[in-house]
Amino acid sequence: MKVGLFVPCYIDQFYPNVAKASLKILERSGFDVEFPLDQSCCGQPMVNSGFVKEGEKVSNHFKNVFKDFDYVVGPSGSCVHHLIHHAGIGENEEEPKVFELFTFLSEHSDVPVMTKSFPHKVGFHFSCHALRGLRLGSSSELVEEPHSIVKPFLDAIPDIEWVPLENVDECCGFGGTFSVFESDVSVDMGRRRLEDHQSHGAEYIISMDSSCLMHLEGVSRKQKDGIKFLHLAELIEKVM
Amino acid sequence: MARVKHAKAAANYIHHSKNPKAQHNAASHLRKKRDREVINVPGWEHLRETASQIKMHTLSNLDKYLEEFERKATQNGVKVHWAQDGNEMNEIVYGILDQHQVPYLVKSKSMLTEECHLNDYLEKRGIDVFDTDLGERIVQLSKETPSHIVVPAMHKTREDISELFHDTMKTEKGNLDAKYLTLAARKDLREKFMNARAALTGVNFGVAETGTVTIATNEGNADLGVNKAPVQIHCMGLEKMVPRQMDLSVFLRLLGRSATGQSITTYSSHYQRPKPGGEMHIVLVDNGRSKHLGMEDFWTALKCIRCGACMNTCPVYRSGGGHSYGYTVPGPIGSIITPARDINQYDDLPFASSLCGSCSDVCPVKIDIHGQLLKWREVIVDHGIVDKSKSIPMKMGSKVLSKPSWYRFAGSIARKVMKQFPGLVSSMVKDWTRGRELPEVPKESFRSWYIKNKKKNDK
Repeated sequence: MKVGLFVPCYIDQFYPNVAKASLKILERSGFDVEFPLDQSCCGQPMVNSGFVKEGEKVSNHFKNVFKDFDYVVGPSGSCVHHLIHHAGIGENEEEPKVFELFTFLSEHSDVPVMTKSFPHKVGFHFSCHALRGLRLGSSSELVEEPHSIVKPFLDAIPDIEWVPLENVDECCGFGGTFSVFESDVSVDMGRRRLEDHQSHGAEYIISMDSSCLMHLEGVSRKQKDGIKFLHLAELIEKVM
Repeated sequence: MARVKHAKAAANYIHHSKNPKAQHNAASHLRKKRDREVINVPGWEHLRETASQIKMHTLSNLDKYLEEFERKATQNGVKVHWAQDGNEMNEIVYGILDQHQVPYLVKSKSMLTEECHLNDYLEKRGIDVFDTDLGERIVQLSKETPSHIVVPAMHKTREDISELFHDTMKTEKGNLDAKYLTLAARKDLREKFMNARAALTGVNFGVAETGTVTIATNEGNADLGVNKAPVQIHCMGLEKMVPRQMDLSVFLRLLGRSATGQSITTYSSHYQRPKPGGEMHIVLVDNGRSKHLGMEDFWTALKCIRCGACMNTCPVYRSGGGHSYGYTVPGPIGSIITPARDINQYDDLPFASSLCGSCSDVCPVKIDIHGQLLKWREVIVDHGIVDKSKSIPMKMGSKVLSKPSWYRFAGSIARKVMKQFPGLVSSMVKDWTRGRELPEVPKESFRSWYIKNKKKNDK
């Protein structure tokens, strides 16, 4: 089984530790992982802004880079949602199957063994594309049996205290280029999310998507509220 | 007057309005009530699917159902009128009122008449209009437009309303008692109801097999108007049709719960024929709906039953407020209806969304709202009406990101520039940094690290 590690462009540039942690978790779980050096982006920023043809050029490049892999695994619900549901990668039998990191682990492996303590109060931010796009958890609007592919991972972290939230799955306000073109609304939404986490005592906010975290952390640092941010892969790597 | 674009109007609401949290607080409250109520309905998701199917079927056969509706209503003694656009609707309504020499009209909540600016039209011709839904009455008295389709005065606080009623109805200054204020409005309107010679309502559902119109209210104001006044007029958008009376058992269960978290609205009234000695008119209004119905990617937006749940759930709506959309129907559903009406005027609205998808999951008739928002963006870009500040970075981005060497070069430059000249980058990306810091820049990209630390181990 050949696993290609997909590292979204902004993670490659700004959050290399998220990619390192993802690689380490996959290797620790026994997978043979390669990071193809010619990868760049999934094309979502263009498509979400209405530039579909421009986005296709980028996702075609993606297809080409990863064509020889059985699986492509990336630490982002959002980019993976785009690749599967908008770029349609994996519809064709020949093409690799694209997975969000924790979905891949839960389907093909066990929850990693975690031994180190993380005695902190932590809020979990379920990104919208992972939740309502990839349906990795139950969304609060639907009447359905509660489910979550990440819960087993969250529950396995030693000594962590997950704080309850008032709005469990409200958008953080990032939304790609929305964050710039509607920046006042975007920041207002971000502040509201931070307030929810902070009022419940969260010292850290954890997510499966670094894009949400980049936005939330940006708002948080501007208002100097002292909250810390980690991608779930970084957190798990810390306690493995 | 030119419409202010959403981003600017929303920023204005956030930074300069008196109660920037009013809309958020009220809408969140309704969303929570809705959640508590729907969880108790066995087969809620099945109900949503059924409603969606009924609406898809009806819209696919709309000509047939509208004709059946007209036939049945006419047999019931109702006068049915057809209006191609808002102006025709206004002319028809004015014609009826003028013929009866009616000095004023009592009107229950109707977003259609807001959409067509009926009040203005009639007032210019000497006919007063009294909105009788409390929320609509409040926005009428304060000379505003509704900020929400179900709760028109959602943006106002109790303090605002107390002040408004003091100014317009001489209530006690500073009295914030909701009951006191409501009774004052009630007393004021009661006199209008008692002497009204014509009443107008919106319509929630038109039933083809019976020629009936169904109207859901909590205040009973539609009924007070219609039952007292000899002339009753019901204005209805073409898409409000359902085939059978029994279909209401699906829609009425969804409507109240989705809108306000009530198992059913206080009044669900069915009007079928004129009262003895009275007249009943139904005005069927197109105003862009049939054009919308012909749009392959967007026609299902007409399934909408105007519950407002997508507004209540939408964090963009709650942050920027209902008025920021600049249209009668705001929020996610408004942002997919407006470009179908006038793509040039409303080209910003499909972009006024983070595409979180909550609207589509909360929608009782399962409109793929966020999917259509995204599709509209594509149509707007293809239409060539996108600002260069968006199109240039997108086209450059596409070029850079589809060529790995360009991407690496751009990435390394960006990281260096951000590290050495943070001020420069901040001014370049001022829209980001106004309310946020930029990410801290690591010393190397993952790729560089991988080449140094991993790639050589492979060899």
